[in-house]
Amino acid sequence: MKIYDLPDARGHFGPYGGTFVAETLIAALDELRLNYLRLKDDPKFKEELAYELAHYVGRPSPIYFARRMTELAGGAQIFLKREDLNHTGAHKVNNTVGQAMVARHMGKPRIIAETGAGQHGVASATVAARYGMECVVYMGSEDVKRQAQNVYRMKLLGATVVPVESGSKTLKDALNEAMRDWVTNVQNTFYIIGTVAGPHPYPMMVRDFNSIVGKECLTQMPEMCGRQPDAVLACVGGGSNAMGIFHPYIPYEEVRLIGVEAGGEGIATGKHSASLSAGTPGVLHGNRTYLLQDENGQIIETHSVSAGLDYPGVGPEHAWLKDSGRAEYVNVTDDEALQAFHDLCRHEGIIPALESSHALAYAMKLAKEMRPDQIILVNLSGRGDKDMATVAERMGMTL
Amino acid sequence: MSRIARTFEQLAAQGRSALIPFFTAGDPDPESAVPFMRAMVKGGADIIELGVPFSDPIADGPVIQRSSERALKHGVSLRRVIEMARTYRKEDQKTPLVLMGYANPIEQMGFEHFADTAKEAGVDGVLVVDYPPEECERLVEVLRSRDIDTIFLLSPTSTNERVEAVGKLASGYVYYVSLRGVTGAANIDTQDVAQHVERIRQHVSVPVGVGFGIRDGETAHVISKIADAVVIGSRIVLTIEESANGEAAVPRIEVLLREFREAMDRSQKTVSLGSGKTT
Repeated sequence: MKIYDLPDARGHFGPYGGTFVAETLIAALDELRLNYLRLKDDPKFKEELAYELAHYVGRPSPIYFARRMTELAGGAQIFLKREDLNHTGAHKVNNTVGQAMVARHMGKPRIIAETGAGQHGVASATVAARYGMECVVYMGSEDVKRQAQNVYRMKLLGATVVPVESGSKTLKDALNEAMRDWVTNVQNTFYIIGTVAGPHPYPMMVRDFNSIVGKECLTQMPEMCGRQPDAVLACVGGGSNAMGIFHPYIPYEEVRLIGVEAGGEGIATGKHSASLSAGTPGVLHGNRTYLLQDENGQIIETHSVSAGLDYPGVGPEHAWLKDSGRAEYVNVTDDEALQAFHDLCRHEGIIPALESSHALAYAMKLAKEMRPDQIILVNLSGRGDKDMATVAERMGMTL
Repeated sequence: MSRIARTFEQLAAQGRSALIPFFTAGDPDPESAVPFMRAMVKGGADIIELGVPFSDPIADGPVIQRSSERALKHGVSLRRVIEMARTYRKEDQKTPLVLMGYANPIEQMGFEHFADTAKEAGVDGVLVVDYPPEECERLVEVLRSRDIDTIFLLSPTSTNERVEAVGKLASGYVYYVSLRGVTGAANIDTQDVAQHVERIRQHVSVPVGVGFGIRDGETAHVISKIADAVVIGSRIVLTIEESANGEAAVPRIEVLLREFREAMDRSQKTVSLGSGKTT
């Protein structure tokens, strides 16, 4: 096993990552980095976190053998890491619990978050309620309309949801707005970024908190199948669930790591969110990574049926894993993801999130090319309750 | 000596501070940029900061973000902004022009190509908001080799070590951001600014400009006695936004600049100036 110890001290993963922010944010990021580096190896902090993950989140999440999906694909065996069974219904809570605990240790009573589909917003509002903190969630006004149910969930949990009217009125604009709030209110405010993007130390910290997913798999897979899987698959928008399951597997070079991006209506149509498959390197939201941009370096609008993958960038560590060849990145279309969504509902009685359905769709394709004694592990990163309206609409129904 | 250094030297000899207006180039339309620059200089501007529009201006408040969106609707790119500078430079050889914007458009253009094009167009300085000193050594090198100044931001939370690091890389001037927050936020505390400017002068040899939160002549007056330059941004952009069109904004910009200029020049400085020298 090779030692993998990225990022470097300044948050670089090869040429990616880093701290591309205005001087006004540097002190806040330094404060966060120093606190996080101190806490992450502090036995008491680790113990508290383990307790919260076990008793509040409901970890460890099980691994499930999808026997009927395996039969349907007719090739390799498909196993699912059930992050959909977590409290709040997705992997996002692994990170928000961790960051809220860091915020508490830093004495910050107010947390802010950005959200696209609303899952990270809900997970942030949830932990804010749990710890008695004020919570403000920034959400693009387009997403507020599309995700009314999650907006209501956040309000029930006591959070203030601020619709963002600027730019494309989606996730990236919500992130811009949250950054502005943070730089203005940094003395009492902790910014919980929801994915493995942003300036250092966020990509590292969010990855660390989500890597519990992969760590559990490392012990669960040998228990279930006597060995590690041949391939680990996860969907990639910003890439937090994928980094969570990939990271502990990086030294296991015989295990293929495959990230599945949102191909939208097809890469050729330009209506997609596949930054790694179709983008080029640039600087956005505090880090250098692959971006969907025009020839002048302006960020372009993205599309995906799943709001959680609808982001023009991707975590810098994925950019590095792509360039270094350690991970492969592919994409599936909206239609393929929806097919996998329906297949899992009908064949396993599990309603997956549309995001996770992308990973599942590629798993079905890949399984067909593999032998029955081979094993694919899919991170089923979230459940699909939030997607009922979207799926119904695609099928020509209104709820 | 660079155009920026020469400007500061002349002003220092007169005991005056520089007035540096900022606007987003291409707002409300690309044709207005040159008339705006002309009006600014007529109103008393010493250096002009041309904002390069970017789709995701995270360090800016709503006023400048909206101006960026208006410019982007006209397809204004970094190349186009450099062309505006080139056009203006033909009629004014004296006023330094500084490009202020975000990293990504420059990265896409490529450092060398950007620096060559900007130099040839008559651009004197570059300020990249999201390039702190630790991420931009190579750009500084490329710009330095073309005699273009790299201007850095400093904030109330910048430690002395960071101010020193900026001091090593900066040329032209440094831009002290007087507020915690984004552009166009609340008013500033001039006492606090004075203390920080003094602290910065201990580590930085180039002139110190102050911006963010300077809304009226009175504040500009006070700041001009503390700092070597006063940067006015959101107030100008707001004036452009409130005007019926670019043409209508031209005289208003001139009047606004003159108001600041007169307030700044009202009396001699009472606080000692920095050397104003660049290396």
